[in-house]
Amino acid sequence: MRNYLEFEKGLAEIEGKAEELRAMARQNPEMDVEDEAAALDTKADALLAELYGELTPWRKCQVARHPDRPHCKDYIEALFQEYTPLAGDRNFADDHAIMGGLARFNDRPVVVIGHEKGHDTNTRIERNFGMARPEGYRKATRLMDLADRFKLPVITIVDTQGAYPGKGAEERGQSEAIARATEKCLQIGVPLIAVIIGEGGSGGAVAFAAADKLAMLEHSVYSVISPEGCAAILWKDSEKMREAAEALRLTAQDLEKLSVADLVIPEPVGGAHRGRADTIEAVGNAIEGLLEGLADEDGADLIAARRKRFLDLGRSAIML
Amino acid sequence: MNWISNYVRPKINSIFSRREVPDNLWTKCPECGTMLFHRELRAAQNTCPSCDHHMHIPPRARFEALFDGGIFSEITVDEPQVDPLAFKDQKRYPDRLKDAKKKTSETDAMLVAEGEIGRTKIVACAQDFSFMGGSMGMYVGNAIIAAAEAAVARKCPLVLFSAAGGARMQEGILSLMQMPRTTVAVQMLKEAGLPYIVVLTHPTTGGVTASYAMLGDIHIAEPNALIAFAGTRVIEQTIREKLPEGFQRAEYLLDHGMLDRVTHRTQMKGELVSILRMLMRDTPPIMGDLPKPAEEAEPQAAAEEA
Repeated sequence: MRNYLEFEKGLAEIEGKAEELRAMARQNPEMDVEDEAAALDTKADALLAELYGELTPWRKCQVARHPDRPHCKDYIEALFQEYTPLAGDRNFADDHAIMGGLARFNDRPVVVIGHEKGHDTNTRIERNFGMARPEGYRKATRLMDLADRFKLPVITIVDTQGAYPGKGAEERGQSEAIARATEKCLQIGVPLIAVIIGEGGSGGAVAFAAADKLAMLEHSVYSVISPEGCAAILWKDSEKMREAAEALRLTAQDLEKLSVADLVIPEPVGGAHRGRADTIEAVGNAIEGLLEGLADEDGADLIAARRKRFLDLGRSAIML
Repeated sequence: MNWISNYVRPKINSIFSRREVPDNLWTKCPECGTMLFHRELRAAQNTCPSCDHHMHIPPRARFEALFDGGIFSEITVDEPQVDPLAFKDQKRYPDRLKDAKKKTSETDAMLVAEGEIGRTKIVACAQDFSFMGGSMGMYVGNAIIAAAEAAVARKCPLVLFSAAGGARMQEGILSLMQMPRTTVAVQMLKEAGLPYIVVLTHPTTGGVTASYAMLGDIHIAEPNALIAFAGTRVIEQTIREKLPEGFQRAEYLLDHGMLDRVTHRTQMKGELVSILRMLMRDTPPIMGDLPKPAEEAEPQAAAEEA
């Protein structure tokens, strides 16, 4: 059973019809439906290409949030070997919204950290829908520290609608935890590569996306506020999310132009969820390329360049 | 006689009565309702003498009360490119900026200055909540970097008064990038071994709290200031329960270990002087009213009436 987005309704109909025909044919072996079904497939492919050829910013947000999109866990399982999860912030708890640990990436020992949203009801609850609490950010800070001490590159996989807005999270210092994680990103003398695979939601994403290099999947987004939140505040109407998504310039393509993202990784036609293995492989290749580019840099130079990168955002001219 | 009693006398009376109570001389405390005379309010730095409620104070007025003799010199902040995203909601961003400038007579939401407090040299920056909710965009980022660079150059501490709803949405991702950017500014101070004190004022929320406002060597808040990452309404909608009284207020954060102190605005200067001089391993402060510094010591005196 495939999940369709609201703008894919037409597509759902065509693909549904093709599937129906094939199901009928399976029951009546003398029926020949293949020509008709193939025609529907062609029509569906054309529509898919058309829809995804020019996704509006709001539609990109929807694709970025698609439940069938590969999540952090899928990337870690496919791209890393010997993944050894490390748990806990040594203060309060282990936050399952954030995965992290030691692993090998193409034989290189690294530290990998990422937001995991979960893929069904149980895992989504366990992962808190990828919304981390302070413990998650403190775990990330601890792992970045570990990487720094043992000179291991850090790879972060960003996919969150934001940090968790909860009572306990506030009481235990959500702001401070995010601020410290961001600070740690800017202090470590090892390469730090971040990849946004879905949603880069505000401070909850920045906390480990303040990297040397930032790659984004073609239909991922990165924003200071969700389009719905922005619409509620500036338009006083949360239904104006299309306009807000447009105004916020949150697509990977815009962020590359703004020099916030360094690389946009293409997705298969129809989005990452229609070609999970290809997408994961493309992300792996992108990470390898970015890591390779930083391999010879010395720690102090990395820190200096990373800081300069952020200092320049506000100084240099911006062209969109 | 009729003409005099019916027309002239009321006219004269109305002129006099208008002179006696122009509206702006009195402010009603929004908390306890006490009518406060402007001089009294000003002397108490916009705090209510009867209930201690802390009202908004513009950065310039705050600096006048903070710096010795009300004398400080402003540090220039580079103005960033205006409206790089061509952002438009119900209003164009440049129009919102223009309105805010007109309303506050300031360039943007952060004022940076240097001067002396209790004869201790400092750089200070204060965020202006009345300028687009104090929101952090590229200008605020530039201001904090300018302040940190000035403090490092003069080898003196930085005191930052925060007040903001969060990041400036109209600058999109560029406002979010001010979180790491201002963090770099804080790191400059730390590496130079200089104190960075954050005074959190009402309200400090969102991306501002989650970056420079929570990275101080010492965190002091004004009483009852709202200090939060997520808004109360968002949390109530998420967890579907009512939040306790005083949640996300300064005293609540103090109890939960996020702040060092909660200090009344009128006592803030004395406390800052004392803390800073200890951190700088300086001699004890001379308390009480200090005479104005000699003219030649402060050639760039730039205090203005707020």
